[in-house]
Amino acid sequence: MPEHTFRVNGEQVTVNVPGDVRLLWVLRDLLGITGPKYGCGINVCKACTSHLNGKAVNPCAIPVEALEPTDEVTTIEGLAATVGEDLHPMQRAWLEYDVAQCGYCQPGQIMAAVALVRRVAAEGRAITEEDLDGLRNICRCGTYVRIREAIRAGAEDM
Amino acid sequence: MTGSTGEAPDRGIGRRRFLGYVLAAPTLVAAAELAPAPAAAAPLPSAELTELLDLNDLMTAAALPTANLIAVEVRQDGTVAFALPRAEVGQGITTSTAMLIAEELSVPLDRVRVTLADARPELVFNQLTGGSNTTIATYGPIRVAAAIARQRLLTTAAAELRTDVAALTIENGTVRDRSGRSLDIGALAVKAASARTERVSVELAPRSAFTVIGRPHSRIDALDAVTGRKKFTMDLDVPDAKPTMVCRPPTINGTVRSVANLAEVRAMPGVTNVVTIATGVAVRAETFGQCVDAVRALRVTWGPGTAQGKSDASVLRELAAAELPMGLRPPTPVVEGAFTFHFRSNSALEPNCAIADVRADRAEIWSSLKSPIVAQQAIAAKLRLPVSKVTVHVTEGGGSFGRKLFFDAALEAAEVSQKIGKPVKLMWHRADDSRQGRTHPMATSRVRVSYLGDTVLSYKQRHTSVSTDLGHGLGEIITALAARLPVGDMGFAQTFFHLSQTMSYRFGVSSQLLNETDKDFNTGSMRNVYSPDVTCARELIVDQLAGRMGKDPYRFRRDFLRDDRSRAVLQKVAEAGGWGRSMAAGTAQGIAFHAEYKSVSAALVEIDCRPATVNRPIRDGVTGPRVTRVVFAVDVGLAVNPRGLEAQMMGGIMDGIALALTSSLHLRDGYFLEASWDNYFYTRQWNTPPDLQVIVMPSTSDEPGGAGELAVAASMAAVACAYGRATGTMPTSFPINHGTLSFTPKPTVPPIPPSPADGLDHAR
Repeated sequence: MPEHTFRVNGEQVTVNVPGDVRLLWVLRDLLGITGPKYGCGINVCKACTSHLNGKAVNPCAIPVEALEPTDEVTTIEGLAATVGEDLHPMQRAWLEYDVAQCGYCQPGQIMAAVALVRRVAAEGRAITEEDLDGLRNICRCGTYVRIREAIRAGAEDM
Repeated sequence: MTGSTGEAPDRGIGRRRFLGYVLAAPTLVAAAELAPAPAAAAPLPSAELTELLDLNDLMTAAALPTANLIAVEVRQDGTVAFALPRAEVGQGITTSTAMLIAEELSVPLDRVRVTLADARPELVFNQLTGGSNTTIATYGPIRVAAAIARQRLLTTAAAELRTDVAALTIENGTVRDRSGRSLDIGALAVKAASARTERVSVELAPRSAFTVIGRPHSRIDALDAVTGRKKFTMDLDVPDAKPTMVCRPPTINGTVRSVANLAEVRAMPGVTNVVTIATGVAVRAETFGQCVDAVRALRVTWGPGTAQGKSDASVLRELAAAELPMGLRPPTPVVEGAFTFHFRSNSALEPNCAIADVRADRAEIWSSLKSPIVAQQAIAAKLRLPVSKVTVHVTEGGGSFGRKLFFDAALEAAEVSQKIGKPVKLMWHRADDSRQGRTHPMATSRVRVSYLGDTVLSYKQRHTSVSTDLGHGLGEIITALAARLPVGDMGFAQTFFHLSQTMSYRFGVSSQLLNETDKDFNTGSMRNVYSPDVTCARELIVDQLAGRMGKDPYRFRRDFLRDDRSRAVLQKVAEAGGWGRSMAAGTAQGIAFHAEYKSVSAALVEIDCRPATVNRPIRDGVTGPRVTRVVFAVDVGLAVNPRGLEAQMMGGIMDGIALALTSSLHLRDGYFLEASWDNYFYTRQWNTPPDLQVIVMPSTSDEPGGAGELAVAASMAAVACAYGRATGTMPTSFPINHGTLSFTPKPTVPPIPPSPADGLDHAR
């Protein structure tokens, strides 16, 4: 079985698995990293949103063989460590606004939110209503309004 | 509750005292009977049924003859543990439960550990999460158990400190005397334990003394949720429970005739087992990704399904044929309307899933289940095992919306595990969840109101629906009690309908009837069940009626509502939302009211139906009219956790928007076209109202009402009314975009789509 090596949450990992298995299942089924959730498997619900080298990606749509040994995958479990704290500012904002209901989509929501704030900051502008409208992560509990409030608050502290 | 009726559990004890137990245990365990009866009201033979007894009374009463104990345990580490016999699926009941315990026991919220109880068959009807009943049914018993624990801790501390109980206070988990000596409850946990079970009485804190109940608290599982530590069923590490998926038929409930390439698929990478089961062909593999590939590779010959050849149009014809007659048209002026509500999906974001480990002589199941006892019984029957040999663990659920009342995945997982002799972690693909999962049945609602001058003489509503499957236990509760109700020989669906539909307006002679037809579909109670459709139809007609009488829609409702509590929420949204303010052409306000679960609610909505808004481009999504503002007022009697209540209202509002505008299933040739979230248009960020205000009214009662489903009906109705006023045409078919298919249907063979491989191209 082919070996695939990449980095997850700051650690180098090697897995023995066919190269076409998508990263989501490598994380969840083989590495036991269960923060990224399955919601559709076709990159439309965004529940598995994680970061690859700091950008938002959906592991359900990435064959593990597409990763390089230097590629850094960050899941919700590793988000706080990227800022060297117990919680990332976006996670703190999520707590402040009591955003989660069932919580199933929330790891993906937070990872998407962090990437959005970074992207907007890189463009040298503030978050707009259109940016928030453009978030595609589904929350079937419908906590969308608190998500918007928390992103604005989290962005202030990032 | 008072002690004067002779029916309450505090008979002979005196006002505000309740009975409970200290159980024989190594540490302090205090208990109470779940769901004591509310003071029984004398039945009024001619009263509207919902005034006599609503669904929650029925569910509460059902618990009585079979009630059993729920127990609060004080541990040596100073924490307090409670296993809640209900399912947490996002509605926040673990948090509100912890608050009840924190209140009566005077411990900090973060010392209360609420877990979900395994299936407890001795609870019979009393482990069902539904009907927005959890807080109504558990509010008293949980507090009684906690109060008994507190009382016992105080008497134990008094003995330890050689002082009088009256000289002690308990605060923040610490007992203190007047001289400042203190004992943590953890240090008292063993000494306060009882060697034998004792029945004791206790007094509950009055509402005026509450310091936890009624104040906003964040969810107790919030930190786990935002760090990815919260464990759902598929996140559990059960040894050797490997990923499992099922290859399903191309039409609803089709059956396996034969499989052409079993050996080939069994040899695919990672695949450990392939086996035919009742609902399809199950595949177990090292990863779900390999399950997807194997399911797609299977070549199965399928037998016809239960809805073979059926379509939206044919079901509509069935409904028309089943509609009850409206009767003779009265000689007075009438307002009439006929409305259609299409199939909808109650798919949660966490798909149907379960873990099963079935051995020769026993079975263990893990799943988020709102009716775990019925699940346990059904699984035991399927496996031919005694019920006592089937352990059912209730896990935290990733949403429900009615979906988790059933246990379809748990039953399948048990079957697969038994057949292959290995543990399985079974999950439905999203396409399965959407196409073969439970639905809110298609329905029509016809309304006729007669009036004369300023008086409404009669209101008649005939609701006709594809059958709603209530075979998850709630039906059995109603069946068991139906004989005691003044409803004759109605079936339980009709009884459920009656009990949930109240007539809140003074509309003279009122009658609302349900007729059901066609049991060929996989249906279930979707959040708020019949009420969103029934209320939407009624409120649209109320707008018409107001117009006919030359009255403003808000003032008309206010004038005809039956009581002050109802008028107060309506008035609140009208004031806070600036009802009647001038709006641009193509935009409008709508207002609606709904009462259920001993609660009242009102919604004011503003909608923008202008072409520039309706046609704004969103990839793979439906934009359509945008709800730009919602003001929602709710009175649940007593709000245990206002922050959680606001969250439930917000979620219900998003459901209401989706039901009115965007989300439905299209039935064609015996299957639903929708196969994923890019086909089924539940409310998304681009549909979310930019301005949302939820107003929790001051408590009007000592008892909480239900909230989990409450907001859907008034929200859907207000959106529909706003849409009608903005466009000048009353909508009659829901959701309003159903006539436009906004996606290309995915194939049905193979039944699930391939996993995309272009994820890196979309990094952003």
